[in-house]
Amino acid sequence: MQENTRRLKLIGVNMTFTAESTNTSRLKPLGGIKIEVAGQAASSGCESSGGAGKASCGSAAGPADMPSEIWEKVKNHPCYSEEAHHHYARMHVAVAPACNIQCNYCNRKYDCSNESRPGVVSQKLTPDQAVKKVLAVASEIPQMTVLGIAGPGDALANPKKTFETFERLQQEAPDIKLCLSTNGLALPDYVDEIVKYNVDHVTITINMVDAAVGEKIYPWIFYNHKRITGREAAQILTERQMLGLEMLTARGVLTKINSVLIPGVNDEHLIEVNKAVKARGAFLHNIMPLISEPEHGTVFGLTGQRGPSAQELKEVQDACAGGANLMRHCRQCRADAVGLLGEDRSDEFTQDKVDQMEVVYDLEKRREYQIKVEAERQAQHSAKEAAVAMAQTQGGLDMKLLVAVATEGQGKINQHFGHATEFQIYEITAELGNITTAFIGHRRVDLYCQGGYGEDEQLPSIVSAINDCHAVLVSKIGACPRDELKAAGIEPVEQYAHEFIEHGLLAWFNDYRARIARGKTEHQPRGDAHIRQGAYLAA
Amino acid sequence: MAYKIVSSSCTGCSACEPECPNQAIVEKNGVFLIKPEKCTECIGHFDEPQCVAACPVDNTVIIDNSYPRYAAA
Ligand code: SF4
Ligand code: SF4
Ligand code: SF4
Repeated sequence: MQENTRRLKLIGVNMTFTAESTNTSRLKPLGGIKIEVAGQAASSGCESSGGAGKASCGSAAGPADMPSEIWEKVKNHPCYSEEAHHHYARMHVAVAPACNIQCNYCNRKYDCSNESRPGVVSQKLTPDQAVKKVLAVASEIPQMTVLGIAGPGDALANPKKTFETFERLQQEAPDIKLCLSTNGLALPDYVDEIVKYNVDHVTITINMVDAAVGEKIYPWIFYNHKRITGREAAQILTERQMLGLEMLTARGVLTKINSVLIPGVNDEHLIEVNKAVKARGAFLHNIMPLISEPEHGTVFGLTGQRGPSAQELKEVQDACAGGANLMRHCRQCRADAVGLLGEDRSDEFTQDKVDQMEVVYDLEKRREYQIKVEAERQAQHSAKEAAVAMAQTQGGLDMKLLVAVATEGQGKINQHFGHATEFQIYEITAELGNITTAFIGHRRVDLYCQGGYGEDEQLPSIVSAINDCHAVLVSKIGACPRDELKAAGIEPVEQYAHEFIEHGLLAWFNDYRARIARGKTEHQPRGDAHIRQGAYLAA
Repeated sequence: MAYKIVSSSCTGCSACEPECPNQAIVEKNGVFLIKPEKCTECIGHFDEPQCVAACPVDNTVIIDNSYPRYAAA
């Protein structure tokens, strides 16, 4: 596992190592073109070209890049594979309401904030109801490949309900992958069970590896029949988390670590966390922003503890980029989310509706559909390669900038500006004539317009959410927002509608640099962006 | 001889229910309640009442004064 992790870290998209080159920086893409890479140049994010470093979103890699058993585990998992999250869907069932610790950013009236955006309430289900719902969704949405138990409390503080659900699904829907999320306190006690039910992904929320930091985040834990507070509580929690992680790694279970970035509390410390979890074999590390508003009624909300800005978040993510694979596409879904990441179809599957459904689980149909999805994904790979090859031929200035993209999936620029509820943010880096694009995250925005009518009052929030970007690539955009964006210094770009994202990014970037070269455009640095705090709305 | 749950502040999270050594806690209409005749205040089992220690909402599990304190046999 340790070895696997190291190999994964070293690869870019669609690159494969030749046996003798494992420790050099010579990468061989599948197409057979050799790309030389200068040393361990700093590069981060999910790379789409031959950078030296790594596929930061873990499995932005392809099948030839990693041991086949790991690839099998992650390839269709939208939370683990940056690429799969464009194509496959996941769902959560809310069978686990209890929790055994208290976090200062959580109000227990709502779902676990480690896994959901704060302020969200999921419909609680019994294992029976949960199984029926999963079968109903899987029949309706064939690209649903992952079922997670992520709350509304802690999956392992509700072991009976969690494992009963898993046991039944393993029998009734054997092609669905199972995963769970936990704060780690009870984890060492349930590793055997996790292995028994074939759970192949476990997410642990780890915000600290030092009890002095931990006591500012966790007021108490309930452990060994006692309520324990202060530093002692944090000490037990971190020991249990580390032990649990080691045990999972030893049993070959993939792990993702979530960390909540709390400015002034654990921002710098997360670099230590990153090292500690990497040393224990964590597959992915997902650093997410604290979302804290007084109206959520959390301790942090009430004490005025703020969340990080986009730039602060990126700084910590970048500082950790040399550690465990960083995941940047997490959307902090709710505990009963259904659908592709960033979309939520849970309204179509409420308990009443599921009760009325006639559910036929058709394994064959699901397989056929997934074959189609695979073909689409291959096409995307090829398009990326072509785009990268094209971009490399153009010279130009060295620079680094961010671009926002509106997409509905399939890896394409295929969403109307006005319909976007979030933008994907890519970093384009031109260094020594070598251009790379890296996915670095997403930004939620409120719906700007529906059915073609813009609501101008909402536009400023969109601008502030992508204020650190130089351009926004969309399939279409209305005249009004176009002017507003331009006024704010962000280029609205429709020209690459329905192209693959990487292709559009690089084509726009080459055009941008050509304009600078001709003196038609002046390259200006951009400001910081705001991470949307309104957690109750939409999905 | 009993604790009780203030149903208006109980979130129904169920954290208390499996902790009770006497199976005194049951669910009713989405919230939980303690059967006073079964509750022993955890005396003889644990140092602190488990339902109080496990509950995430302050002042939700409280002592019910209408019952005399439990006396261990
Ligand atoms: S682990 Fe989750 S549910 Fe439990 S207190 Fe923390 S955020 Fe809330
Ligand atoms: S005090 Fe102890 S015995 Fe009484 S309800 Fe709570 S857990 Fe059960
Ligand atoms: S632990 Fe507290 S909030 Fe949860 S069900 Fe029991 S009494 Fe209600």
